[in-house]
Amino acid sequence: MDGANRYDQPVNGHFGEHGGRFVAETLMHALEELAALYDSLAGDPVFQQELAADLKHYVGRPTPLYHAERLSRELGPQIFFKREDLNHTGAHKVNNTIGQALLAKRMGKPRVIAETGAGQHGVATATVAARLGLSCQVYMGAEDVKRQSLNVYRMKLLGAEVIPVHSGSRTLKDAMNEAMRDWVTNVDNTHYIIGTVAGPDPYPRLVRDFQSVIGKETRIQCLEQVGRLPDTLVACVGGGSNAIGLFHPFIDDTDVRLVGVEAGGLGLDTGRHAAPLNAGRVGVLHGNRTYLMQDDDGQIIETHSISAGLDYPGVGPEHAYLKDLQRAEYAAVTDDEAMAAFRLLNHTEGIMPALESSHALAWVVREAAGFDDDDVVVINLSGRGDKDILTVAALDGIEI
Amino acid sequence: MSRLGRRFAALSAANRTALTTFITAGDPTLAATVPALHQLVASGADVLELGIPFSDPEAEGPAIQASSERGLANGIRLTTCLDMVREFRARDDETPIVLMGYLNSVLAMGEAVFARAASDAGVDGLIMVNLPPEEAQTLKCELDRADIDLIFLVAPTTTDARLVKILGRASGFVYYVSLKGITGANHLDVRAVAERVAKIKAHTDLPVQVGFGIKDAASARAVGQHADGVVIGSALVTTMGSEVDDEARLIRLGEQTLALRQALDG
Repeated sequence: MDGANRYDQPVNGHFGEHGGRFVAETLMHALEELAALYDSLAGDPVFQQELAADLKHYVGRPTPLYHAERLSRELGPQIFFKREDLNHTGAHKVNNTIGQALLAKRMGKPRVIAETGAGQHGVATATVAARLGLSCQVYMGAEDVKRQSLNVYRMKLLGAEVIPVHSGSRTLKDAMNEAMRDWVTNVDNTHYIIGTVAGPDPYPRLVRDFQSVIGKETRIQCLEQVGRLPDTLVACVGGGSNAIGLFHPFIDDTDVRLVGVEAGGLGLDTGRHAAPLNAGRVGVLHGNRTYLMQDDDGQIIETHSISAGLDYPGVGPEHAYLKDLQRAEYAAVTDDEAMAAFRLLNHTEGIMPALESSHALAWVVREAAGFDDDDVVVINLSGRGDKDILTVAALDGIEI
Repeated sequence: MSRLGRRFAALSAANRTALTTFITAGDPTLAATVPALHQLVASGADVLELGIPFSDPEAEGPAIQASSERGLANGIRLTTCLDMVREFRARDDETPIVLMGYLNSVLAMGEAVFARAASDAGVDGLIMVNLPPEEAQTLKCELDRADIDLIFLVAPTTTDARLVKILGRASGFVYYVSLKGITGANHLDVRAVAERVAKIKAHTDLPVQVGFGIKDAASARAVGQHADGVVIGSALVTTMGSEVDDEARLIRLGEQTLALRQALDG
């Protein structure tokens, strides 16, 4: 890419006009410290080896790149799934928590906190905390505690304390507010493990780097299995960590099309969705400047998605930047389209995707006619769907 | 000289400690705010902070969170907050008013539009909780043009290097956050505050006010001995949110403010 559409590395935590560090002064020093430590570890072979060993032996990487032949015959293009659902704990979230837990250990902080929506990041945080003997508290919107009760219990079994958040819309954004309030109070002994590529610098680039293992592996696997790079990469976008993890190693490969799929909820025209890149405006929330779901007075508006992990009014600043550069495109699918894709993948491939990941597949189902049969489409299967069984059963009118 | 400058000069000449009070605009009703501001002044407040309700007040404790939610439920907007300042100014052209809130409210209106509108309404200063000096350049430029002070916060965790950076851009007064935590927290350490305030004052001629965690006459008096002013928020906001009629609320607010005033002067 050249000229105005060239992708530049962030400067002072800014991705174009997005990103930055918009937090209370009390947290600024902690962010400076975290950024300095992280920058020093990028070239530290001991840290990188420790991380690589954990990813291999504890998480179970590399995850497969699976050619879904039956689904491909049904839809047209050659569909490959990057099987992040096969990671330990069942989603891509652990790639990041493993890395951040090592950072917490380096900083000598005995306590970690996290926010969680679907509960996958909470579970992944509780998991690494248990392994390293760190005390762990997870903030979760009261609404999400209800709809993701299986993951709540998993976190408890792992020794974490789950704190339901009753303020605001009682979902992921409110959990993040409460985690920030905890961190500002306990900043001396606590590391805040943010689960997505949002928040103040250095989180968006730090989480991206930890998640980039997804795209790095995909690149190698695709060259091995297909003999060339993929044509299109598709991933769901809430905060956007699984998508940026897949996209980032391909950003300079401008022939590779990058598609992020937001939660269209009941439809973009209803206003009941969680698609800030499709229907939001630029503002500042949770420490960074990015596209937000907000009203004309700057109040953050309540979002809706069937999938708790996508039910967030903001999006990582690097996605906002990729949108502005037109390097990535961002679409939206509805709850119903995602549900149909969820069922389709169960029936055709024997794989139960998370409702989040089902959004990525739903876009491919909808747009399949626009692909050639030899096009290679990689979909990030960011998590498994076991956690969503109660939600799906309820839609089917079944009480378990 | 600005209203803030005049007010602090007068306080300093009289060797008095500033009492700065915070209430949230539109809480508990839209009509309650301006009478409450006048009552605060009549009972001894020197500087008024008026909170702009925001949907996601990430540095606030439960009391101010709840007040924000009440204000928003009443349909308050940033323009309504400015109208309240204008209405207050019709009867009081002396008491400085500082708006306090979160950056997104100002961005949604537009920084330049806000600066002009706020100046027209009679606003003297702005505190943006989530805007450190590194990110404040554009807004500061617009506010400078409108003669509104952008007031920065200094925290217990602020390093010496950051302190110098912040003070280099500060105007109006310096807001020292007395503790690591949220508004209304309960772990104030007066001796630590005194040390930090002395350090800040060694680097600046601006007044230093201390807020977060000061809730009653005793804590106001203790902190007031070491600072140019104290900021009381959550305790007054709790009174504003109490379930009584308008008249009883104003009386209670007045008594509470007077007690703080006497503690600072005593």
